Amino acid sequence: MSGLPWAALAATSSAMHRFANPTVALRLADRLMPWSASLCAGLFVVGLYYALVASPIDYQQRDTVRIMYVHVPAAWMALGVYAMMATASAVGLVWKHPLADLSAKAAAPIGAGFTLICLVTGALWGQPTWGTWWVWDARLTSVLILFFLYLGYMALWQAYDDPGRAARAAAILALVGVVNLPVIKFSVDWWNTLHQPASVFTLQGPKIDPSMLKPLMLMAGAYLAFFVTVLIYRLKAEILARRASVLRRARAEP
Amino acid sequence: MEAVGTFLAMGGYAAFVWPSYGVAAVILLGLLLASRRRLRLETRALEALESSAALRRRPARREVSGARRPA
Repeated sequence: MSGLPWAALAATSSAMHRFANPTVALRLADRLMPWSASLCAGLFVVGLYYALVASPIDYQQRDTVRIMYVHVPAAWMALGVYAMMATASAVGLVWKHPLADLSAKAAAPIGAGFTLICLVTGALWGQPTWGTWWVWDARLTSVLILFFLYLGYMALWQAYDDPGRAARAAAILALVGVVNLPVIKFSVDWWNTLHQPASVFTLQGPKIDPSMLKPLMLMAGAYLAFFVTVLIYRLKAEILARRASVLRRARAEP
Repeated sequence: MEAVGTFLAMGGYAAFVWPSYGVAAVILLGLLLASRRRLRLETRALEALESSAALRRRPARREVSGARRPA
């Protein structure tokens, strides 16, 4: 047996493991935390100022247009967090790395929170502009399904005592639920929905005025920084909890 | 004072605009506080476990590998 390929393989794998090592992850998280937290606070202050004070009212929607600045970024985050959660779940399934599973687990409640914000502010925006809180159109229904996917994912983690089996079951649900993402995104084009089609991420570029695009992007940045900050808190807690359960199990052995 | 009044009135849509921002604030703050609290509890639980482990001094692995233990 020639030693060289084996040595190279061992070296690569040890470098990979060091990179995905929970201790290294914890140190990285601690270094990132003050930056993401202050960025989040700063973006919220500036974003809220533009959203509530320094942006014009819409000629048709009047002041209700301000609901857009909390609603639309929440919808983006709801989709983005799910995509991140599904990616981490896939990595966890394939490479069996606990850090990937724990990242997905830590992200789920934050994603569910953004989805709930999207649904509630959507109803509060729908009533004055459409004359109804809710319709079962394709966009609203598929976002409601996204919310239930988040809840189901979180429930699956609680349903198993063995963390390995819980991670596997939850990851499979997360991956199956990915089909819902394009459905949400393109629902407004595929079906005749009460919800309007995209006006920011279009092939022709954003169709909304810069005076409204600015608060929208600031609030989106604030939401993203919020996600990173809270994800770090939750991921750290998950790593520590996993460590504690390993310690407890080791002690229970004779 | 009047400017504050017009601002709060939101052109007559106060009942829709403010609850939207309120709901977002409540959900995000709730997530932040719950996550920080959970981290604090897990940190404390792990510290308690580790300090009790240090008190007991049971290096099981080292025993198996035959390393000497201080008496």
